[in-house]
Amino acid sequence: MLDPVTGEQRVIAPGHTFKSVTEKISRIVLTPHTPLGWFAGFTLAGGVATMLLVAVVWLFLRGTGIWAITIPVAWGFAIINFVWWIGIGHAGTLISAILLLFKQGWRNSINRFAEAMTIFAVVCAGMFPLIHVGRPWLGYWLFPYPSSMNVWPQFRSPLLWDVFAVSTYATISVVFWYIGMIPDLGTLRDRSKSKIAQFMYGWLALGWRGSVRHWVRYETASLLLAGLATPLVLSVHTVISFDFAVALVPGWHTTIFPPYFVAGAIYSGFAMVITLAIPIRKFYHLEDMITIRHIDNMGKVMLATGLIVAYGYATEVFMSYWYSASHWEYFMMWNRMFGPMGWSYWVLVTCNIALPQLLWIRKFRANPALIFLMSLIINTGMWFERFVIVVTSLYRDYLPSSWGTYRATRWDYATFVGTLGLFTFLFFLFIRFLPMIPMSEIRMMLPQAKIRPEAELSHEAGD
Amino acid sequence: MPEREGTYGLLAEFDTPSQLVRAAENAYAAGYRRMDCYTPYPVEEAAEAIGFHKNEVSLVCLIGGMLGVTAMFSLETWISVWSYPLNIAGRPYFSWPAFVVPAYEWTILFAGLSAAFGMLALNGLPQVYHPLFNAPNFRNGATSDKFFLCVEANDPKFEPAETRSFLEGFAPVSVVEVEY
Repeated sequence: MLDPVTGEQRVIAPGHTFKSVTEKISRIVLTPHTPLGWFAGFTLAGGVATMLLVAVVWLFLRGTGIWAITIPVAWGFAIINFVWWIGIGHAGTLISAILLLFKQGWRNSINRFAEAMTIFAVVCAGMFPLIHVGRPWLGYWLFPYPSSMNVWPQFRSPLLWDVFAVSTYATISVVFWYIGMIPDLGTLRDRSKSKIAQFMYGWLALGWRGSVRHWVRYETASLLLAGLATPLVLSVHTVISFDFAVALVPGWHTTIFPPYFVAGAIYSGFAMVITLAIPIRKFYHLEDMITIRHIDNMGKVMLATGLIVAYGYATEVFMSYWYSASHWEYFMMWNRMFGPMGWSYWVLVTCNIALPQLLWIRKFRANPALIFLMSLIINTGMWFERFVIVVTSLYRDYLPSSWGTYRATRWDYATFVGTLGLFTFLFFLFIRFLPMIPMSEIRMMLPQAKIRPEAELSHEAGD
Repeated sequence: MPEREGTYGLLAEFDTPSQLVRAAENAYAAGYRRMDCYTPYPVEEAAEAIGFHKNEVSLVCLIGGMLGVTAMFSLETWISVWSYPLNIAGRPYFSWPAFVVPAYEWTILFAGLSAAFGMLALNGLPQVYHPLFNAPNFRNGATSDKFFLCVEANDPKFEPAETRSFLEGFAPVSVVEVEY
């Protein structure tokens, strides 16, 4: 629906009041009639997540030999999936933090579930390095703690930086998400009819009562957290790219990695937000809150970050073919494009660069079905980007006698598909039990929220 | 805390934020100080109206951030130089550029946690009991669509009858007495 004043798509459909917004969003959580579709999806996702459980139990019993990792490809699916998932998480932080700092009001409708997406993606991501270490029960050795062995971590390694970056990211994301939810939990506490819900939401709301003094401090804290999360999110993917870029392997050792990893992360994350938002808005009839404006804007962000990613690929090709004058770099890029696994590079180019150019067309961006399809394509492409970086840089190294290949096993696939199930499973729990759209922030965007001077007020009272 | 009895304050309910801000501004001008507004979303004008201009959350956050960077950088230096010196590819023990990354992460970690928990602490949350929830209409609207002004009984200018008629002058939906 177009706004008559600005000529742009409206952020929220007209005609909503504080009450209607509250009711519409809180009803999804407080309803005694859970939709059957929710149960169906929840069960399906739970079933797929069980596959992860089986795969991980088998891994713990047998060790990482059940995966396809070997020499020279010692990093396989686990690292690909880790980078893919954590990249997806980054869009949540971008929406909640960076767009907040830029005062992009339209983000309000989608920020809560984008943040939830971040947390669940980090849950999936964080698991991979842990199970990849081989002896996950010793994972705490990564942290500096005074042990009787008298050994300490080695702080010059990017892999250790990763531990701090990812653990900080997980912590701050959870805190930001929870703090943002406190006022809405207060609303749920006050509106719920059942004793259990009142108790649970009351406990979680910490006694929130909406005092303006609290609100002022709350707003300050939110802004500060946004200001802190912004450099954090950029640093997290930068540090992850250091895992590669600091190594001397051709295909990894480039300075373009940090910016192009961050752009790729945001690219895939926005695609995942769209993948989630479009079915949810349809299923829960939230077209008034998550409007075409949101979908259109997210399409534009994807187009922009997609072009940055394309620039990253182009720089890599330029650097390795011409600029480096290094035989090894040249061979790596030739092998990446035309070697036995060259198909993966072309899948990546098709999904990440060629097809997303359709996003230039406004009609395409405003069509939920088409952009949903595009989001799936982009996330496939982004998965292949990590596959290309990890596998095609490693499988043919300096010495032809040590060349190998990489063929993922069924356990690799089961673990990956299992995390998709876990992610969806957690998301189903979230949309059922927590407010997925921040009610307090939507109220702020309504025209009624504008404070009018006294003169107008008395006029209104007269009619 | 000993159980308190009596009146906590008078609670006026409004339908729009503009009415609330007008009432709060007038109450402040009339000399009331111990009062608070309760709104379903942040209304900055209402905070201005009751004379609440600055808060200490940023300071807490700054202190937290400095603590984080100091803690991590010192820890890294102590470990790498004194406690467990390792020769890694001939790099110096005190490789400060490498130490910047974890120190940076901990700056953000500590600053973020300080901002979040500092905000809760300054707000006096979590709080298990507050007399306002005794008001029958408070739970019905304070967190969804109504705007409240509560003048507290411990304000020196508070007189039950006088304050009530003062508040009723702003055309509220209702004015109710809140018990402890």
